[in-house]
Amino acid sequence: MKILVAVKRVIDYNVQIRVKEDGSGVVTDNVKMSTNPPDDNAIEEAVKIKESGKATEIVAITVGEEKAQETVRKALAVGADRGVHVKTEGVLEPLAVSKIIKKIVEKEKPDLVFMGKQAIDDDCNQTGQMLSALLNWPQATFASNIELKENSLEVTREIDEGLETIEINTPAIVTCDLRLNEPRYASLPNIMKAKKKPIEEINVSDLGIDTTPRVEQLKVEEPPKRKAGIKVANVAELVQKLKNEAKVI
Amino acid sequence: MSVLLIAEHNNKELRAFTLNAATAASQIDVDVHAVIIGQNIETAAKKLSELPVVKKVISIEAPHYENFTAENFAPAIVKLAENYSHIVCSANTFGKNLMPRIAAHLDTSQVSDIIKVISSDTFLRPIYAGNAFATVKTNDAKKCITIRPTSFEPCESSGGTATIEKGEVSEEFSNTKFIKREEIKSDRPELGTARIVVSGGRGMQSGDNFKLITEVADKLGAAIGASRAAVDAGYISNDHQVGQTGKVVVPDLYIAIGISGAIQHLAGMKESKVIVAINKDGEAPIFSVADYGLEADLFEALPQFMEELNKLNTIQK
Repeated sequence: MKILVAVKRVIDYNVQIRVKEDGSGVVTDNVKMSTNPPDDNAIEEAVKIKESGKATEIVAITVGEEKAQETVRKALAVGADRGVHVKTEGVLEPLAVSKIIKKIVEKEKPDLVFMGKQAIDDDCNQTGQMLSALLNWPQATFASNIELKENSLEVTREIDEGLETIEINTPAIVTCDLRLNEPRYASLPNIMKAKKKPIEEINVSDLGIDTTPRVEQLKVEEPPKRKAGIKVANVAELVQKLKNEAKVI
Repeated sequence: MSVLLIAEHNNKELRAFTLNAATAASQIDVDVHAVIIGQNIETAAKKLSELPVVKKVISIEAPHYENFTAENFAPAIVKLAENYSHIVCSANTFGKNLMPRIAAHLDTSQVSDIIKVISSDTFLRPIYAGNAFATVKTNDAKKCITIRPTSFEPCESSGGTATIEKGEVSEEFSNTKFIKREEIKSDRPELGTARIVVSGGRGMQSGDNFKLITEVADKLGAAIGASRAAVDAGYISNDHQVGQTGKVVVPDLYIAIGISGAIQHLAGMKESKVIVAINKDGEAPIFSVADYGLEADLFEALPQFMEELNKLNTIQK
């Protein structure tokens, strides 16, 4: 079985982002970048499956600018066998990304495609579902547990009401929740080894896909600030304030 | 121009956020039609027809729609799409799972999780866990929009008399099978719509200690929330999680207990009207969004809080 894992480079989740003064976006220069957190869960799950002997190859793919390749390199250090970097510039919407990954899926013919359920930069939560629609494959979104069966997977999904379990036949798409597993850190020897693993570079222009954005970002601004609150001295004062000042209890 | 609203329901009743999505749909255009897909949904379809903002209901019933599988729903909605300029539903796990599948079939770039309708093609949406707001304009002819339910008031739920038409059943998608759903039943108000939410974090130290939160919540008629750290630690089930990847809540009162206030948690609660934080670390980021902060050991503060609440003559419900 072959697993394709899609990873995205985003601003690190610990960074307090800053909005550019001209309203054109957020500051990314000299800001720490990392792999989108649930994409780490996607890689981890693929590696665990390979370690259990049920997968033969893991291919990590990213779509983006030159530096996005770092995320593929990290995936290789954690256990992916080889990488694909589709080089693009400028803004890419989830629809365009899913069309690009579809092309790679047609070439690589994986049995499973894993990715994070949502990117923490644009918070769109679309790419996996779109890819699955374009391929007419089953989708298991927000996965928190995966059981491999013969030619199918049983996936537990985190939904608003609790948990849902579905069975999907392969080939299939799974988008991973943070609770799926505990991503490992790459060891130094494995980081060194990963430098020798191959990454295929593909120019998006060679794929014949129109990636022109359909949605214009007119303005990015800071959300309204909350006015500063106060510290209360004790519980009695807190309850009194809630009752008589805020009038909420 | 007209808008197709996708109703969310449990085959018996409409789910509450359908009313919020209906409000958002009606702000895009007054001509709102609603589609409801499921099995044995007559009562829910009737309820939908009573929403005054809905002008027509399309009801599509078949056994393979019983469990809301996106692979089955999407083709049915795509068939209806040619008559509509917009397709709208909630950005909860139902809509997040379904809408991108529809958008891809229609070759449309979806606009996710809007918090405001500026015009029929321009919307406001949070990015970076709500640390920035983006104003976006979609140039696609057909627009697929998911809305953040807590950012729109629920619409009126009675008085409407929309016609109910039967819609065309699409073919079953055989590669996805529903197995089971474990819903956690509770007598408490629903987390997404509760007036008061009491949430616990890693500071609770154990699942057992959550009974301190339960007591306060019972007293206040509140829903119980939790940080991701508390859910990951196994103190409480995932349906209680508030945050960027959990639920977004906007109650009148949010009480954060033993929660440090990671960016991703703040994203789910910082629009609450009044925020209380109880934490023994005075430097915890949660205090930066709290209207009332109490620096204290929660294991001392919570019993005192109960005592003080018991002294009150009346408590708003």
